[in-house]
Amino acid sequence: MTAPEISPIVLLFASIFTSNILLANFLGMCSFISISKDIKSSNGLGLAVILVLTLTSVLNWAVYHFILSPLHLEYLRFIVFIMVIAAVVQVLEMVIDRVSPALYMALGIFLPLITVNCAILGVTLFVEIRSYSFIQTLVYGLGSGVGWWLAILALAAIRKKVDNAPVPAGLKGPGITLIIIGLMAMGFLGFSGMLNVQ
Amino acid sequence: MSEKSPALIAKENIWVNNPVMVQILGICSALAVTNTLSNTLIMTLGVVFVTGFTNLTVSLMKNLIPRRVRMIIQTLLIAFYVIIVDILLRAFLPEVSRSLGPYVGLIITNCIIMGRAEAFAQSNGALISFWDGITSGVGYMLVLMTVAAVRELMGFGTLMGITIMPQGYMAWTIMLTPPSAFFILGIIIWMAKSFMMKGEKAK
Repeated sequence: MTAPEISPIVLLFASIFTSNILLANFLGMCSFISISKDIKSSNGLGLAVILVLTLTSVLNWAVYHFILSPLHLEYLRFIVFIMVIAAVVQVLEMVIDRVSPALYMALGIFLPLITVNCAILGVTLFVEIRSYSFIQTLVYGLGSGVGWWLAILALAAIRKKVDNAPVPAGLKGPGITLIIIGLMAMGFLGFSGMLNVQ
Repeated sequence: MSEKSPALIAKENIWVNNPVMVQILGICSALAVTNTLSNTLIMTLGVVFVTGFTNLTVSLMKNLIPRRVRMIIQTLLIAFYVIIVDILLRAFLPEVSRSLGPYVGLIITNCIIMGRAEAFAQSNGALISFWDGITSGVGYMLVLMTVAAVRELMGFGTLMGITIMPQGYMAWTIMLTPPSAFFILGIIIWMAKSFMMKGEKAK
């Protein structure tokens, strides 16, 4: 289970392409399907996810290794992780509002949605289970965020085209979206020949 | 909303408003474990447990929780029940716990649980909320079990680990990879929706 030998660059590529957080690990589906109707909001949400994911995975790593582990409180980790995520999102929202109102207009409404995005908690739990080092955690968080952003942008663009296609009535909406995601996941499977990290 | 009979609630949660098929909620944490039927069964039982008891607790505490902080309190309650599930799994089914990996913890972010607590338990009595939570969980379970049954049957030729397919059956490796889960769920939603539409027309 331990993987201390993977170099950060390999891990970065792996988390973006071969084990994409969304297409290979099914995380972050809820907001993925509902937001991807529109390219602009997909972009906003994707960027917000990159930011939050990188921050929280590193913070949770630190909390786990410096607080929970020495005190033998590992069984509290779910509660602590979700609190850290909620707190980071809240603080980030206030900071962005102060520093850059323009950015707040673009990202602000997506931030609360992120607290319940499974990808954020998922990455933290993967980091904990695979016992990554600090650098690996940083890279893995960043890479997963970028992978999620790429996937949602691609899906939003495809959905725009599909709007004009003659889809059977029962398949419209979520049905066809899931099948498109399936096809995308198959495409991303092609990357797994390049490198494989688990 | 509060006048619904238990039977009607069950019908709505399992079929008419099925959380997965109609509302597309909560698929994140569970699609990944649908490659074998037994894992899915245990995972979804965990979800049924957590939804039921979260609904019960939220409903009992609804007059004590200030509105502004209710989200965070609900999340804490959910996390509390998920920890119970996790500890139970580790103690009694360590192998399953290992193969489910992080996905047990991800029940916390399963939108169905928060959704039911917010939409139902917040404004209804304790027992009926408990029932609502259980039936929502069952609706979720049924869909995921179908996906898992197809994947395991095609991918390994087995169901619950028992060989079903005749000897010489060529396993479909694709069924074990992530894309197949998306395809199967998409097709199930398609069939269910077409069926529902037909029913509406007949009325």
